[in-house]
Amino acid sequence: MADEMPRREQPSSGPQRAASVVAGEPRARRPVSQGEDARDEARPDEHRIRARFDVAFPGFRLDVDLELPGRGVTALFGHSGSGKTTLLRCVAGLEAGARGRLVVNGECWQDDARRIQVPTHRRALGYVFQEASLFPHLSVRRNLEFGLRRIAAAARRVQLEQAVALLGIEALLERMPERLSGGERQRVGMARALLTSPRILLMDEPLAALDHKRKQEILPYLERLHDELDIPVLYVSHSPDEVVRLADHVVMLGEGRVMAAGELHATMARLDLPTAFTEDAGVVVDGTVAAHDDHDHLTRLDFPGGAVWVQRQPVVLGRRLRFRIHARDVSLADHRVEGTSIVNLIEVTVKEVVGADSPAHVLVGLDAGGSALIARITRRSSAQLALRPGRRMWAQIKSVALLG
Amino acid sequence: MPSLTSADWSAVRLTLELAAVSTAILLLVGTPVAWWLARTGSRWKGVVGAVVALPLVLPPTVIGFYLLVAMGPSGPLGRLTAALGLGLLPFSFAGLVVGSVIYSLPFVVQPLANAFEAIGRRPLEVAATLRAGPWDSFFNVALPLARPGFVTATILGFAHTVGEFGVVLMIGGNIPDRTRVVSVAIYDHVEALEYAEAHWLAGGMLAFSFVVLLVLYGRRRQAGGGLG
Repeated sequence: MADEMPRREQPSSGPQRAASVVAGEPRARRPVSQGEDARDEARPDEHRIRARFDVAFPGFRLDVDLELPGRGVTALFGHSGSGKTTLLRCVAGLEAGARGRLVVNGECWQDDARRIQVPTHRRALGYVFQEASLFPHLSVRRNLEFGLRRIAAAARRVQLEQAVALLGIEALLERMPERLSGGERQRVGMARALLTSPRILLMDEPLAALDHKRKQEILPYLERLHDELDIPVLYVSHSPDEVVRLADHVVMLGEGRVMAAGELHATMARLDLPTAFTEDAGVVVDGTVAAHDDHDHLTRLDFPGGAVWVQRQPVVLGRRLRFRIHARDVSLADHRVEGTSIVNLIEVTVKEVVGADSPAHVLVGLDAGGSALIARITRRSSAQLALRPGRRMWAQIKSVALLG
Repeated sequence: MPSLTSADWSAVRLTLELAAVSTAILLLVGTPVAWWLARTGSRWKGVVGAVVALPLVLPPTVIGFYLLVAMGPSGPLGRLTAALGLGLLPFSFAGLVVGSVIYSLPFVVQPLANAFEAIGRRPLEVAATLRAGPWDSFFNVALPLARPGFVTATILGFAHTVGEFGVVLMIGGNIPDRTRVVSVAIYDHVEALEYAEAHWLAGGMLAFSFVVLLVLYGRRRQAGGGLG
């Protein structure tokens, strides 16, 4: 993946913008931040999810104590067997053996100390299963109405027509589930979950059973959910690409324990991640489309502390685009190198140098004047450049991965 | 050429009545038992399953004998029915229904339990996340999805009750219009060397049973299911 030109993963033919489904501001991407800010501490319980669970199976135990933001998308990330699906099932109340405490935006759903265990069907949640799990004996419309009809009319914040439009399933309503493709089923499953007007949406690898093409077909819809609905989402995934594309917040799980948790940009910029993220290390940046160069077919994305040129994007100025800079695509020089094919050069300050996944490499944490970057370079280069905290360097960015 | 006598027609009508009433009761009683068997992790599951399956292997005379004793004047069931002012069940239509229900229980419970097991937990979990309580899920998700099992259970329960002989003879006797069903009528005709009459009834039973099984196996071939 040493392509000099940036790639864009989202097809430009995404869904057309629909009217906001839930009253309120479309959720804005959070600015790049240096970590958990102090505001989090001051937030009342209404805007957070507190989850403490302990559940044991033969050969596996989930033991977590989490505090998550009550808005935006939180990715539960980890390998298979890390406990992410079990954690999601605990939140839904589907794991009968789970002990602990769960408060979702001010509502207590479980507290063993007070003998509270709200049954799943009384929890205002939406659950999207890995396989869409549509009821085979009901048409798409009846599937959608199943949950809708079971909540009080006054509690309906999402209307059938809105959910149908949001997920682009107008043409499927009278079909039976067996006549749908995998991607269509999953979209119906998402609409069905939304129609219960949930206070939290739980998604268990909704894309895992789909091939690459179907994934690309559904991702834009997921981003629309994200952008247009003010419903917090817990999103289980083992795909780093999905996580960095969709999440605002990430929880990394390993062997039933929390390995790291926090705001996406800050967590991705950490150098001490114990998971496979080290090999795949890199930062996530939210940039703004600032200029187009029609002569060279490039688009400039500005972010706090710098800017990168990427392949011309068919988007209007001012639009936010999220992109990823892998540590392996960043090299360092002690002066601004002239006569290089690399377009993107950013002046940075070295913050720290730590060992990488291989003994031959180090990860260098960099500050580009407000945004974090990581470079993965050889230990020898690090020594030759005499890298130490505070040193000014030039980062040469070979490739930028746009995430839409 | 002789055909069915009015007594034979009465036996046919009685047989169908008995099978219909017994099947209705079997579905009512068998559904919760099958549901429990399909979903429980209890250590009593094996015991209950074995008891339900007993009629498959026991000679009908054994079942009939114990029922006769239990429903008789000094048996526990007999005392209960007598105390309730219902009289005694042996040699009555109600007694035949009780016997049939026990005799055909595995033919209803086992297909139902298999159908409930085949559904799995997922559809009920989905229903719960869509705000359906346990009863709601049972009636609107589990029952519709188990429909093939119900069809099989109904056909098998009905057909097996129609073909019942030993239990009927033990507890019902041979009272025209009350307990004299087709299988017993055939027995009577043969005893009396009325082979022509026996042929009509026996041939009818043969044809009926064949058609039932044909329908059953034809359905099974095209059966499918699972969550979409």
